[in-house]
Amino acid sequence: MWAAAAGAFTNSVFGILRAYVLIALWQAKPGLAGYDVLDAVTFCFVTQAFIGPMQLFGGGLTIPERIRTGDIALDLVRPASLQAWALSEDLGRAAYLFLVRGLPPMIIGALVFGVVVPSGAGRWAAFAASFALGVLVSFAWRYLIALSVCWLADDRGVVTVSMVLTTFFSGMMLPLPIFPGLLGDVAATLPWAAMAQLPADVYLGRAGFADAVPFQALWAVALLALGALGTRAIRHKVVIQGG
Amino acid sequence: MLAWTWTRAAAAYPVSFTLMVGFGLMMAAVDLAVILVVFANTTALAGFTRAEVLFLYGAANIAFSVADMCVGNLDKISQHIKAGTLDTMLLKPAPAWLQAAVDRFTPSRFGRVLQSVIVLVTALAALDIPWQRAWMVPVMIATAGVIFASLWTLAGAAQFVLTDAPEVVNAFTYGSGQLTQYPFSVYGRDLVRGVTYVLPLAFVNWQPGLYVLGKDDPFGTPEALRFLGPVAALLLALLAALAWRQGIRRYRSTGS
Repeated sequence: MWAAAAGAFTNSVFGILRAYVLIALWQAKPGLAGYDVLDAVTFCFVTQAFIGPMQLFGGGLTIPERIRTGDIALDLVRPASLQAWALSEDLGRAAYLFLVRGLPPMIIGALVFGVVVPSGAGRWAAFAASFALGVLVSFAWRYLIALSVCWLADDRGVVTVSMVLTTFFSGMMLPLPIFPGLLGDVAATLPWAAMAQLPADVYLGRAGFADAVPFQALWAVALLALGALGTRAIRHKVVIQGG
Repeated sequence: MLAWTWTRAAAAYPVSFTLMVGFGLMMAAVDLAVILVVFANTTALAGFTRAEVLFLYGAANIAFSVADMCVGNLDKISQHIKAGTLDTMLLKPAPAWLQAAVDRFTPSRFGRVLQSVIVLVTALAALDIPWQRAWMVPVMIATAGVIFASLWTLAGAAQFVLTDAPEVVNAFTYGSGQLTQYPFSVYGRDLVRGVTYVLPLAFVNWQPGLYVLGKDDPFGTPEALRFLGPVAALLLALLAALAWRQGIRRYRSTGS
């Protein structure tokens, strides 16, 4: 509980600092990439609010720890799929963190700068769907990273690379539409865009249900399928030692 | 010597060590990439050009990353309290502060230092600063180092009280690192006042940086403030030392 409050506080402080930089940028270039200043500020706080539930800095799964201790062997012989089991655990955690780490940064952003609040049940419903899919894509990605421990004894490298890719290409640092040229075009098609950029755009009403949800669903299915293959592979890989 | 032991331990696996330095570089590259993307969209941010922002970023980040490498582990003091390892430290004939700072000293954070040095040198080369003002650059980096080290000490000291929520201090240590990446002219007037007169973060790179760049403060502070950095850093260091002492004094071991 206190840890979550501290996390919400940190996310809010960083949200305020980032918001100032975005305000300065949008004052220099009003209407850049179709956002106005208020949109940019809102974008900043919405993505800060996603950090907890979507675990944008990585982690959140207990699998790497369980692979190291060997508990994974027990998990694999359980009559439930490892992936489904980890997913249900992750969704529960995401729902809790949405409340304790998602709402405070939004409220602070609203108090300090003012933020856009979607009007109409339709936009809220679209946002809810897009947000849920964002969490799903994030889980599917982190599951793959977690499984990689099984092949690489030391996971710090993969974890770092994943963190760099996720923070930069999810739109958490800067909105992807302001990335220059080819970088922007490529970034918009990568799975990380499904994590923060698209749900935030749906929140702002810049992207509709049809723009975001099919793209996100596609990546969710693709990454979950890869995860299922990975689960099958580690079944063959795991050698239970001891007796 | 303790730091050297940890360095030797890390260097025992040279490939892993090199990789970790590389990953440190990569993580630092994200902040740099953000600045570059911002300046791909505009030529000036709150009155500062790309080279000027990179100069401020580089100078602050060298100090931040050196402080993070050397004393960054002070914010893990609550873990030492919970695990009981703080008792061991207090029994050893070396200052607990030093032991806590270099425990798990990670030379791989050197990657971040390296990146900031490269950025600073590139920015200075592009800026063409007259040598009459360039003397301030090493002074400001040293000042900034003392300020950040004091902040981490304060963060460590605060954890004697905040053992349940150690992460709350990250907002101050890492938040200060984030804050000083950009010219203070992007921030609100009240925030800048707070980080000038209450928490002296303005002396990390903003006030001395204005002098090096030969610019006037958009917030209109007096010229003399540009040179007060070392004084402010010293005051903060004294405050941090006091707080640390208080923390150690307050500490009651649970025994075993």
